[in-house]
Amino acid sequence: MNKFLWPLAGFIILAVFLRIGLDLNPHEVPSPFIGKPAPEFSLPVLGTPGEALDKHFSPRDMRGKVWLLNVWSSWCVSCRAEHPFLVRLAKEGKLPIVGFNYKEVRGDTEIDASKLGAEAERELVQKRARAWLAQRGDPYQLTVLDIDGRVAIDYGVYGVPETYLIDREGIIRVKHIGPLTEDALREKIMPLLEQETRGKP
Amino acid sequence: MIPELGQFALILALAVALVQGALPLAGVQRGNAAWIALAWPAVRAQAFLLTFSFCCLTWAFIDNDFSVVYTASHSNSQLPLPYRIAAVWGGHEGSLLLWALLLSWWSFAVSLFSRQLPETMTARVLGILGLVSVGFLVFILMTSNPFERQLPGLPEGNDLNPLLQDPGLVIHPPLLYMGYVGFSIAYAFAIAALLSGQLDAAWARWSRPWTMVAWIFLTLGIAMGSWWAYYELGWGGWWFWDPVENASFMPWLIGTALIHSLAVTEKRGSFKNWTVMLAIGAFSLSLLGTFLVRSGVLTSVHAFATDPKRGVYILAFLVAVIGSSLLLFAWRAPKVGLGGRFALLSRESLLLTNNVMLAVVCATVLIGTLSPLIASALGKKLSVGAPYFNTVFGALMVPVVFLIGVGPFARWKEASLAGLARLLRWPFFVAVLAAILLPLSLDHWSPLIALGLALAFWIALTATLNFIARVRATRAGRPFLSTLFKQPGAFWGMHLAHLGIAVFIVGVTMVKGYETEKDVKMGPGDTVEVGGYQFGFLGVRETNGPNYLALIGDVEVTKNGKPYRRMTPEKRIYNASGMPMTETAIDSGFLRDLYISLGEPIDRENLNGEWAVRVYHKPFVGWIWIGCLLMALGGLVSICDRRYRVRANAVVITPSATQPAQSA
Amino acid sequence: MIAATPFLRKTLLSVLACCLLAFPFAVQPKEAAPLADDPAAEKRLRSLSEEFRCLVCQNQSIADSNADLAVDLRREIRSMIHEGKSDSDIKDFMVTRYGDFVLYRPPLEGATLLLWFGPGLLFIIALVALRSTLRRRDRTLAAERELSPEEQQKAEALLRAATDTPPKE
Repeated sequence: MNKFLWPLAGFIILAVFLRIGLDLNPHEVPSPFIGKPAPEFSLPVLGTPGEALDKHFSPRDMRGKVWLLNVWSSWCVSCRAEHPFLVRLAKEGKLPIVGFNYKEVRGDTEIDASKLGAEAERELVQKRARAWLAQRGDPYQLTVLDIDGRVAIDYGVYGVPETYLIDREGIIRVKHIGPLTEDALREKIMPLLEQETRGKP
Repeated sequence: MIPELGQFALILALAVALVQGALPLAGVQRGNAAWIALAWPAVRAQAFLLTFSFCCLTWAFIDNDFSVVYTASHSNSQLPLPYRIAAVWGGHEGSLLLWALLLSWWSFAVSLFSRQLPETMTARVLGILGLVSVGFLVFILMTSNPFERQLPGLPEGNDLNPLLQDPGLVIHPPLLYMGYVGFSIAYAFAIAALLSGQLDAAWARWSRPWTMVAWIFLTLGIAMGSWWAYYELGWGGWWFWDPVENASFMPWLIGTALIHSLAVTEKRGSFKNWTVMLAIGAFSLSLLGTFLVRSGVLTSVHAFATDPKRGVYILAFLVAVIGSSLLLFAWRAPKVGLGGRFALLSRESLLLTNNVMLAVVCATVLIGTLSPLIASALGKKLSVGAPYFNTVFGALMVPVVFLIGVGPFARWKEASLAGLARLLRWPFFVAVLAAILLPLSLDHWSPLIALGLALAFWIALTATLNFIARVRATRAGRPFLSTLFKQPGAFWGMHLAHLGIAVFIVGVTMVKGYETEKDVKMGPGDTVEVGGYQFGFLGVRETNGPNYLALIGDVEVTKNGKPYRRMTPEKRIYNASGMPMTETAIDSGFLRDLYISLGEPIDRENLNGEWAVRVYHKPFVGWIWIGCLLMALGGLVSICDRRYRVRANAVVITPSATQPAQSA
Repeated sequence: MIAATPFLRKTLLSVLACCLLAFPFAVQPKEAAPLADDPAAEKRLRSLSEEFRCLVCQNQSIADSNADLAVDLRREIRSMIHEGKSDSDIKDFMVTRYGDFVLYRPPLEGATLLLWFGPGLLFIIALVALRSTLRRRDRTLAAERELSPEEQQKAEALLRAATDTPPKE
């Protein structure tokens, strides 16, 4: 072969990769948790007004069920867009959804959380979370409160909203970043769900 | 109305570019003189039309015409006039128009200054530039029209990103684009030479000054961008190995190899294929940079808003331009002669080695930049950032820098290893010894500091020796100094540029090794000592800027109890976007910079209380940019070489066979 | 880059008017307190977090970014440093959560071998290829020279005159 063809060959390979790259989203970071057990935690559950935060939830409580863990916050704009879809999904009743409220007060740049005491922050978190769910509908079986965002770090959350599909054995099967949509549900979640239901009568 | 005129001019420019790209090339092929002659008026018309179009867009910014989508999203009526003008290239569409505009100006310059060239050669060059222009104009008109209207227009614009509201935006992109676009001239000359089969020393001589000018602009553009990041971003860094930075650095590396290689091709007729390859490479990498910045394939801090349609178009353009050039190269290169003979150790071989190494360094940067993309195409995610590049790039540059010291001593055709070793033994030992001992007298010693200093001293010492040797050989009884200044510009230019690298290395080494930084909480009356200076915080006051609100921290700097000066770091809130910005306060000195950046108030409701303040003492950091300026100056001096100009213009050339080392 | 904090702006605008009038110049000068309690740990935090990529803003390190998550992660790393965790523990903490993507210095493993050793390998290959090319070139030219010394001389002379007439192959 003509050795002067080598640069052309190199360039063609490069161009192929660039073409593939155009269809990929460089911002999407696949979760290393896929196929791994959902990290354990125990977080307070949002209750009715006046109720103390003494009930806790842990992913263990969902063993034997296929469920969605949906990370949200009232200051998150995309969550607002996503919410009606979640409400509809909950009505269909195919999948239980657990709400994971992420840094409700601390994440909000409008509020200086360092000014609030721990107790006042907890109160405010509950008030805001309840108000949001009352106004827009509550698709969640229950909502846990991650006030300081520590547990979210264990799940590798980096942008709200995020949704995890967790199977009967407590293994994370899907992580969806950004608002959950009809398409995402159909393409990413339903196939796995069907496989799960077929697997176990 | 004016935006429509601008768009109309753009469409006309495309029509003219089609003529410029098609007829002269066909004319040369078929021997049609009338078609060939069309190149010149076409270039003039295109430069005029694009200038007009660019002025129309500028007018839309000056006039705050927010019915133009591009203006509305990149400007604001409160924006000061100089920034409104610079905002023209503050976004994707306008900066592409700037590209096309500069290309037309470069083409115009070629048509003016190439009178001594054969007409067919110039016609080919202009034709190729016309084709490149067609690509860009179609791209602008199809996917990125800056004149697009929205009716009804908005009452107010979105504002220019506050990070860009800086003198840096006025200077940096035009310089950088002058460099990128300038390489299109070297490229066009190379393709014209391949087409004609006239790949000879004359070709190298013609394209050399153009390449050098482009390289100077690119050097200045990159340096300016780095300095801008340094003072604007507020954490004291100056180079981040971000994909966009790499996109400008890769053409620079290949451009650097190209100017060295052109010198050999011109003087000795060797490396012709390699030189052509580099000319194609430098421009291809400029185009690749455009693709990386504008297609969204990689994440970067300063990428433009992206659109997949644009990515597909630029990629198609890349494949057309680079693919066809490389194909032409593969077809023509085997027939190109080898040129003058030289020994395995000679000035030629050393320059070629340096060239090959620079190409390897460039390939490394390319692989590092693209590997996240390649990995994700293969289903894996990874990041390649500064820690990787610093390690690998640093290691590869050591031999390159070492050769800078050796090259100028080697004779053309054949050099003796023993002779070189004898000459360079002493500077080598002195450089190493000084580099080991000097840091001992400073704050601390580390192998990397010693290595950096050794390389810098090595270049400085060998350059000095080379000057002395050269003056001794040529003085013929005249005084030393006057002989020194009578040395040809090419010789001076080479050493100035090389010394620039030494100065640059000193800057990098010293600031990495001896920088001190303190993060403190400062309330009014608090002081902190950094690098022998005491910084006393007086408090924060409010001022209104033209389109922002500023909180200015007053910091009184004293040295040994004596007042030195007051520094005023700022925190700004821009009215239109509400975006906060940090404006650092920098006291630049020859041997060190003092750098203060004002963070957030500790208690956000008490602005008279404590603030987070970051204070740096950065020894020799300015040398980084002084070094770059020296490199650019070296390039400038070398193209001003009188002898060289005579050579470039004269038809008859007197051979100067016995001249020793001249230029590189 | 600095993330927009509308809160800061609001406070600044409202509070500024009243509180910026008087400077307490009379305060006794005192040494400013470091922002963090433990400067040594802070230094380690800085050098560690420079190696991690911020996931929100994506092309800044966690050390440089002011994004909320970067602040949280710095806090986590800081507390791990105080717990006496090693650098590799901290790296593992990050990688289990965000994958290799978070590392600015790609780990040395099968897939990245080429990335780490490729440049050095390329360097050696290039130099070896250069050497053999130059040898071959020299042999070719020498053979031509033997064939027709006069022609070669003429070519040399022309070359020196800086016009090029490549010898026939």
